[in-house]
Amino acid sequence: MTTTAATEASIIVEGLTKAFYEPRTDSETIALKKLSFSVRQGEFVCLVGPSGCGKTTALRVIADLEQPLSGEVQVVGGGRPAVVFQEQSVFPWMSVQDNIAFPLRVRGIWRKDRLERTRHLIDLVGLNGFEKSLPHQLSGGMKQRVSVARALAEDADVLLMDEPFGALDEQTRLELQQELLRIWDASGKTVLFITHSVDEALTLADRVLVMSHRPGRILADLQVGFSRPRDVVELRRDERFWDLTYKVWSLLKSGAAIEGDAG
Amino acid sequence: MSATDTNADCMRPTGNAAPAELSTQEKERLRAPFNRERVFRNFSYFSPIVILLLWEISAQLGAIDLRFFPPPSAIAETFLSMIVSLELFRHIGATLQRVAVGFLMGAVPGLFMGIFLGLFLRPRQIVGPILAALYPVPKIAILPLILLVFGTGDMSKYVIIAIGVFFLMYYNTFGGVRQVPQIYLDVAQSTGANRYQVFTQIALPSALPQIFTGLKLSAGTSFIIIAAAEFLGARSGVGFFIWASWQTFSVTRMFVGIVTISLLGYLTLTLIDLIERRVVPWARN
Repeated sequence: MTTTAATEASIIVEGLTKAFYEPRTDSETIALKKLSFSVRQGEFVCLVGPSGCGKTTALRVIADLEQPLSGEVQVVGGGRPAVVFQEQSVFPWMSVQDNIAFPLRVRGIWRKDRLERTRHLIDLVGLNGFEKSLPHQLSGGMKQRVSVARALAEDADVLLMDEPFGALDEQTRLELQQELLRIWDASGKTVLFITHSVDEALTLADRVLVMSHRPGRILADLQVGFSRPRDVVELRRDERFWDLTYKVWSLLKSGAAIEGDAG
Repeated sequence: MSATDTNADCMRPTGNAAPAELSTQEKERLRAPFNRERVFRNFSYFSPIVILLLWEISAQLGAIDLRFFPPPSAIAETFLSMIVSLELFRHIGATLQRVAVGFLMGAVPGLFMGIFLGLFLRPRQIVGPILAALYPVPKIAILPLILLVFGTGDMSKYVIIAIGVFFLMYYNTFGGVRQVPQIYLDVAQSTGANRYQVFTQIALPSALPQIFTGLKLSAGTSFIIIAAAEFLGARSGVGFFIWASWQTFSVTRMFVGIVTISLLGYLTLTLIDLIERRVVPWARN
């Protein structure tokens, strides 16, 4: 990592605080308290933490789906980041090709043109022959392929992924991780990937940010130095993979302990 | 969510596996429930005929008063002769035209109001209670008022149907839009869709299943309302025909009118069902 790359931050989160108010009980829930981190251009960063730690909230603020209570979030270079959502977010009333081309439709591009311009994405995510299928005819893995392709159709520099493979079975998940790495290697995009799976974070990321329980803060910032391109299966023979796995789990455990002491 | 999906993944033939064969007995056992189901389903189409048969037999035996319940065979005979003499078509045409115009006049504003109030909080808070207060007013009760304002011509028929249809379309569409999964709205927002795009590309298609429920309820209600509206102030239409037959105590002709309006309603619902199957193929899963 050269110093110039280090200065070229792509996502900057500075002192981000986000809370939710429940008027019925007049109580507030602090989701994030003074969260700070940054992601360099072209970097693949995983944000890993227990459910309810605020990692999804952080992503939603970066995606401009929520407003920060205080602090600042900046996506450098302008442009709207593309989002791959955690649930199955594919529109059931649109065919695969129309789902993928949806971001171009929003920009007012004619159907013929937008299908033309997204055809290569269908290839890229391996959905050839399913262009005209409706989502209910697809498996869960294939639907998430559609989600990924739709986000890629936005052609944004920054890709935000919110547990995109969380609902999939282990085997399909591994398959999609491998394909995501292949696609990312060729794209040079900046990726912020949210997951609760330590395993998934270490498989994919250049850098893993470990978050504490709510209110979420960064417990550790770990470099994951495996060479690329990575083979998601072969990675499991690497001793460093298990060393890192142990390290992250220890952090999560101690983070939980600190939280327990405080509460 | 994905349990069945992933099963589908696993069950895809791998190509190199030996083709699995079932024994004849197993094949039979596998299909038995479906065959049984088919028999019942086919029979169910004919269940209304059982009632007609009972009616016919009771009439023939003199067990029911023929002045009030003429046998179905007599009704069918009158029905056929009226079709041959084209007498019925004038009334059917008048009724259908009133229903069609009134339906459109009510359904389109109801649809837009439902989507609009479903999506936007402030208008919902202001307009919602007003509509809720107006909805329970019996439409027939305001018919005299409508006749007073719009006259005894077709306009008053359009308006009374439109009022009934508006509320059904509004409430069903509204419910559909309120149930649009947040995730779809998030996707739209994250791609930078504007309000108009969210309206037409997310809220409308996502609410289509409920919109079709509204259309079907509205179609049925339209025929109920038009029949009643044609009793008063009309010189044509199936409702007028029923009323006129009753006044001359032609009970058989009256039943022909009743059967006609029920057939019209049934055919309209079937038509909407067919359209729904084409437009909302995902809703059946």
